[in-house]
Amino acid sequence: MRQDLYANLTGIAVDILSNKRFRAIAFQLIVLLGFLGLLAYITRNAIHNMRELNILPKGNFLTEPGSVDNLGWVALDLMSVGARDPIWMFFVGSAINTIYIAILGIFFATVLGFIIGVMRLSPNWLVSRVAAVYVEIFRNVPLLLWILLINAIVFLPWPSPKEAIPVFDAFVASNRGLYAPRGIPLDGASTVGFVFLAGIIAAIVWSVYTRRVQAKTGKQLPVFWVNAAMIIAVPLAVFFVMGQPLSWETPQLKGFNYSGGVKLLPQFLALLTALSLYTAAFIAEIVRAGILSVNKGQREAASSLGLRPNLVMNLVIIPQALRVIIPPLTSQYLNLTKNSSLAIVVGYQEIVAVFMGTILNQSGRAVEIIGMTMAFYLSVSLLISFIMNIYNRAVALKER
Amino acid sequence: MKNIMLTTVAAVALAGTAFAQSATLDAVMERGQLICGVSTGVAGFSIADDGGNYTGLDVDVCRAVAAAVLNDAQAVKFVPLTSKERFTALQSGEIDVLSRNTTWTYTRDVDLGLEFVGVSYYDGQGFMVRKDLGISSASELDGASVCVITGTTTELNLADYFASNGMSYEGVVVETNAETNQNYEAGRCDVFTTDASGLAANRSQMAEPEAHMILPEIISKEPLGPVVRHGDNVWGDIVRWTLNSLIIAEEKGLTGAGVAAAGDSGDPEVRRLVGAEGDKAASLGLDSDAFGRAIAAVGNYGEIFERNVGPNTPVGLERGLNAQWTKGGILYAPPFR
Ligand SMILES: N[C@@H](CCC(=O)N[C@@H](CS)C(=O)NCC(=O)O)C(=O)O
Repeated sequence: MRQDLYANLTGIAVDILSNKRFRAIAFQLIVLLGFLGLLAYITRNAIHNMRELNILPKGNFLTEPGSVDNLGWVALDLMSVGARDPIWMFFVGSAINTIYIAILGIFFATVLGFIIGVMRLSPNWLVSRVAAVYVEIFRNVPLLLWILLINAIVFLPWPSPKEAIPVFDAFVASNRGLYAPRGIPLDGASTVGFVFLAGIIAAIVWSVYTRRVQAKTGKQLPVFWVNAAMIIAVPLAVFFVMGQPLSWETPQLKGFNYSGGVKLLPQFLALLTALSLYTAAFIAEIVRAGILSVNKGQREAASSLGLRPNLVMNLVIIPQALRVIIPPLTSQYLNLTKNSSLAIVVGYQEIVAVFMGTILNQSGRAVEIIGMTMAFYLSVSLLISFIMNIYNRAVALKER
Repeated sequence: MKNIMLTTVAAVALAGTAFAQSATLDAVMERGQLICGVSTGVAGFSIADDGGNYTGLDVDVCRAVAAAVLNDAQAVKFVPLTSKERFTALQSGEIDVLSRNTTWTYTRDVDLGLEFVGVSYYDGQGFMVRKDLGISSASELDGASVCVITGTTTELNLADYFASNGMSYEGVVVETNAETNQNYEAGRCDVFTTDASGLAANRSQMAEPEAHMILPEIISKEPLGPVVRHGDNVWGDIVRWTLNSLIIAEEKGLTGAGVAAAGDSGDPEVRRLVGAEGDKAASLGLDSDAFGRAIAAVGNYGEIFERNVGPNTPVGLERGLNAQWTKGGILYAPPFR
């Protein structure tokens, strides 16, 4: 009797334990509890140690002045941050600089990466070798060295502002920066801008329309020339009709430096060049793998339909390759964004150098500042993944 | 009544033993090595040669502590730290002491959980320019590009100085001396600003030291000294009094070579210092001759100064403020009694 009960109970226990659902939930619970326990332990530890050192957070430091002038430049002049401005402005400004270099870096790395990746598969021996050498060189040397090297051999040796020779009295290349004239809009400039925007919208509509027509009737309408006219020629004509409503502010040497005009900092250029060239090497490999993953039969079938090689590439191979390319491409984008934090070695003012570096050091608010910086990178990474996922869904294989 | 007395005595006795305890001292003793944070390279203060041997004034302070605590001035591991990294390294316990041209400020002392134990070099911030720039005063620097190291008091003073003089500048901000030198020598900035001692040190490392000059303006007070973690008072006292003993030794004319015979000195303070009279160092859990060993290992403050940064070295600094108070300077250690 007793033994029966015992056997029954163990039977039930075994049943429960071997129940898949139960096991899955139980294990997740255990992991979750363990994780929460660890988190609690770490937090307790941190608080204890901070109390010991008398550095527990007090007051709101974000509204205190940053006290440094290290954020002299915010991308696109979106804001200007000086020593007496509050710390939160340093956070926002340096975050903008990170986002700025990430967007530009992603753009250039992608364009270059696709070109190199396609070159690697070129039947021309020289072209494919050049691409291969490029990839190997950039992939096998750490990014930090590339940044330092590119800064030292490309950007540092430029002449000083006093020695630099302006081109057309408008463009200057010096070791303090590249300068170009800045357009200052006058009365009527907004009309030109409006016509230009309208041109872009019209061009998009026209592209979609011509594609539909081609899909339905097979008829090819001119796209390139019509769009060029709408985006460039028409606004240009309006610009002249309106009497050129734009004046140019050219860079002028004043004292130690040039002022006026548009300025590109060498720190920025060095970092952007290094990030783009380096990441392009990885993207090239991803593109190559993606193209190779498309069945050879696809290319042969497309060719036998009489499509020219570049159409085969653009219409048949690349769309299929994209499905393989996009997931790893996303992680390269994330890498590039995070790698921009190496900026301090050349002095580009992004979030890790300015906020997590200088401001943390001067305020001593390590926990809050590192937390905010992590939250920033996390948000940017999630945003990139989100956008890429949407794109991925758009190009994914659609069962028809 | 008797009971109360007993418990009081017991409590005091227990507290007494608790007082002489230092977690850092225990860790250093057990390890047999002092871990000392220094700069990534400032000639004369802390710099490593090709063989990884460190020399400099800041280095000697650490060697003195190691000689006092471990009876071995070589038992030091030096950890090179940038200005930005240094406080985190100390707070997190990665190093036992930070001896790295670090300015004593309120925020660092109070808000960062650190303890400044004294001043090993009285300094002030200056500006260095190329001579051919044709500038003779910092007031002519409006609009200049300025090379500055982040994580320093330098960047704070710089912002204040330019703002209060109605001038503007463009900062070229990096993290180490080496990077700053590179930028400055390549002309990315017109001016290099840091502690005047650091300027002299950097100038001595440049391709053509004579081509550069340090402008007359000194725009700040930079009392530089060793730092320990807040909370370990015994350890703080050990480092403080090691430094003080080096300064007192110079004041008393006691050289490193003279320590061996110092027990016979006619000056009781000298005898106390080297442990020949009384056992002062025992209160810190050290051997009675601990401070004598420190002086013997690296020499007195004057010897350290002359050897590393004095007029006969490439750095070539005058004693100035760092002369003894008896010689027109402000170097003034509390009495050892
Ligand atoms: N005394 C200032 C500045 C200290 C500082 O960082 N000085 C520079 C120049 S002397 C330095 O030590 N650089 C060495 C390095 O790059 O590690 C402070 O404590 O903030």
